[in-house]
Amino acid sequence: MQELIRYVILGIPVGCVFALVAVSLVLTYKTSGVFNLAFGAQAFLAAAVYYDVHVRHGWPIIPAFVFVVFVISPLLGFVLDRGVFRYLRGVSPIAKLVSALGLAVALPQIIQIWLGPGQAFGITGIWWDDNALYRFFGDYTLDGRQMAILVSTVVAVLALVALFRWTAIGLQMRAVVESPRLTELAGVNADRSSSAAWMLSSAMAGLAGVLLAPFSASLNVGDFTTLLVSAIAAAAFARLTNIPMALLGGILLGIAQQLLAGYLPPASLIAKDLKPSMPFVVLFLLLLFWPGLRNRREVTDPLSGADPPPPSLASASRSAMLTRSTHIFGVVFVAFMVYVILFRADAFWLSLLTGTLVYSVIFLSITVITGMGGQISLCQVTFAAIGGFTTAQLATAVGLNVLVGMLAGAVLAAAVGALLAIPVLRLAGIYLSLATLAFALMFENVLVPVGWIGGGIKRVNVPRPIIGPFDLSNNKSFFVFCLIVLVLVSMLVIFVRRGTTGHYLDALRGSETAAQSIGINPAKAKIVAFALSAGIAGLGGGLLSMKNGIANPDDFRFELGFVFVVVVVSTAARTVEGAINAGAAFTILPVILSDWLGVSSTWAFILFGLGAIQYARHPEGTLEAGKRQSLAFFQRQYDRLAARRARSAPDQSGDGQSPSPSQPLAVKS
Amino acid sequence: MSLLEARDVTKRFSGITALDDVSLTVEDGEAVGLIGPNGAGKTTFFNCLLGLLKPEAGEVLFDGKDITRYPVYRRARLGFARTFQRIELFTGMTVRDHLLVAERARLGTGRFWKDVLNLSKPTVDENERTDRTLTLLGLEDVAESPVEALSLGRARLVEVGRALMTEPKLLLLDEPSSGLDAHETESLAETLRAVQAERGTAVLLVEHDVEFVRSFSTRLSVLDFGHLIAAGPTADVLADDAVRRAYLGERV
Repeated sequence: MQELIRYVILGIPVGCVFALVAVSLVLTYKTSGVFNLAFGAQAFLAAAVYYDVHVRHGWPIIPAFVFVVFVISPLLGFVLDRGVFRYLRGVSPIAKLVSALGLAVALPQIIQIWLGPGQAFGITGIWWDDNALYRFFGDYTLDGRQMAILVSTVVAVLALVALFRWTAIGLQMRAVVESPRLTELAGVNADRSSSAAWMLSSAMAGLAGVLLAPFSASLNVGDFTTLLVSAIAAAAFARLTNIPMALLGGILLGIAQQLLAGYLPPASLIAKDLKPSMPFVVLFLLLLFWPGLRNRREVTDPLSGADPPPPSLASASRSAMLTRSTHIFGVVFVAFMVYVILFRADAFWLSLLTGTLVYSVIFLSITVITGMGGQISLCQVTFAAIGGFTTAQLATAVGLNVLVGMLAGAVLAAAVGALLAIPVLRLAGIYLSLATLAFALMFENVLVPVGWIGGGIKRVNVPRPIIGPFDLSNNKSFFVFCLIVLVLVSMLVIFVRRGTTGHYLDALRGSETAAQSIGINPAKAKIVAFALSAGIAGLGGGLLSMKNGIANPDDFRFELGFVFVVVVVSTAARTVEGAINAGAAFTILPVILSDWLGVSSTWAFILFGLGAIQYARHPEGTLEAGKRQSLAFFQRQYDRLAARRARSAPDQSGDGQSPSPSQPLAVKS
Repeated sequence: MSLLEARDVTKRFSGITALDDVSLTVEDGEAVGLIGPNGAGKTTFFNCLLGLLKPEAGEVLFDGKDITRYPVYRRARLGFARTFQRIELFTGMTVRDHLLVAERARLGTGRFWKDVLNLSKPTVDENERTDRTLTLLGLEDVAESPVEALSLGRARLVEVGRALMTEPKLLLLDEPSSGLDAHETESLAETLRAVQAERGTAVLLVEHDVEFVRSFSTRLSVLDFGHLIAAGPTADVLADDAVRRAYLGERV
């Protein structure tokens, strides 16, 4: 019993930090509809600035604390609102999620560059003495850091309650949640209340960052990711709407973590692997089983029907002549590139471009699930990992042909994808994405360390296959092999998109109710999309492990799942060229940055992140938007040419010399 | 045996009884109207028939089969089709694709392995059937254009066409005249009559426009505050005192 009380008391402070972030998650979700996956990054920023002013520059605690929590953090919130999130009202939940993802990818990298290389050690808390001990109920002690958390949380919660109960801006914030545009019609400046909400929640994230930082020896992003996921679990407990429940959820989670740590035998596998991943497991289970989250739709704007429909693909609005000439140009370009790569490029570039092909295959899985299925999955890298590890284990431990292993890996990934889809598809939009995130984290923390899956400490080698006369351990042969796989997978994706499955998915994205009303089974169509996408990712993962000669868990870290989505949607999520361009960008851009421009290759991630933030403005991808503009230009030139020709040959105008058979291009400015 | 039979359907929304023991039948090939003032429960009843809402009590029979617990898409495969009060089309798809998707969904011929082998191009047979529907509705000239480009009146015809491609036994029309002007309403009614004459589809029409209903349906039911207050041949019902009070707002 005493033990129990001790664990509960130990758990409460950490739980309070979870609770603070959960409350701000709910707050921004309610006021802006954005589920801010960048909160971990915001807390990280606050901790980094606090470290800089307090430890490096020796500011006293109080000015440093005030500067971080009441100046820097709200300022960040203000900038984010002004720069990004203000423009996201009224766009689809997916666009909001992608923008937040972009930020979650870019922000920590920017902070890391600003902090400089090396570890940031020795950060201390905001209590005057971190090591002071305070006794409660006799024997139970809390130290200064924990006291700071308790006091800050109580103050923050009281301030929030007062704000929402008794102030005009609090009431306006609540109104904006329901419908920003209707609130504006009632004479409220929705922009102002949105700014206020973001500044407030950013300050809360900053507070959480400063409070949590002294608990680990050095600053690192990983702690803040765990913080974010724990907070998401608490927010899911509150169904993303109820602030007191979010508070309670956070505290319960903190206590549960301590209990688990205390009562499980410390040496057992479960204790070792499950304890750190408990928040992920809790999040996954909550998403699947917590009543009220199922089939729950996001906050929708009653006026959203007034929005213009999304623009169609550039390829859908150009004339046959232009299509033909771009296709011919494309074939010539690709043939030229293959020639250059095989006969002119050095080993470094050959390996790099093989990587481009491999990642293009993986990215095609995102074309399927996001571009066609309309869902954001954050566990594509996990499916790739399943493919990679299966290939490795079957080839090395079982001794099968590595090609068979690769296909088995793809099939297994597809099966896991279908199995995951069945429970997850009852969730809509944002909840589905969060469930895939929880799955990715669970896989990484629980399964990857297991010897017969991820190989544990020692990595599993992957041989290259020999096909007839071609030994693929020759890098040039392997390049051609990857090219063939990419072409086959691209054809598969194009055929499926053009075929009935693609049409069903288009219909479901257009209107799920109407699609059901003509007899389309939505669950079945989406499970097919999930399985196909997982299978392609698994194939790509197998290819990747074959390329590297090793199945390396570092190639399959869950953060890469964020980056993958961000890279693909910021180029073009709906087309096969988009995935290939994304593959090229993902592999080549870091090299260009570091080798040619001499800057850190992490800038590539920052650029991808910033590209994803543009998603709301160009939901078809920035590259696709640029392509549409240039196509419009060429189409105009072509039309003008055709018109001139028709005028110069008036006697033939009767038989089909009419200016242009094409439709006008719908360019959205 | 009636084609559609709703027996004592009751639906409550947290204390409010939106539908109270509402019964209704539609015979094969018959056109039945359902009218009522705003908030009478017409759309709720419609959604209970379609499976978008689960009624608290009562049952829905189709061809003598109890379909009260069927999901929406299975009802569609049995021969339900509908149009929407607020247009629900698939953005980004052409008019022809709308019809083709509905055709495939009806026959269940869209197989994943066919897609993989690139065998799912429209067949001659499918093209012929979509062409026939396009002609019937006068949509030939916009067959290849995306639906976003259409006027409301023609967009509604696309909905009708999509519904017809599933070869329904029963077509449920949810306020088809909403948002249309008098001329468009008239031509829609004409088209619907032509469709009914050619295909012999039974129609259940929920409508505000009394003229439309009078010209189109042979039988009529009237809902008011979740209760069925009258049912019978159209002319008789429209002459009924209670109906005139509730719906037409006349003092009798």
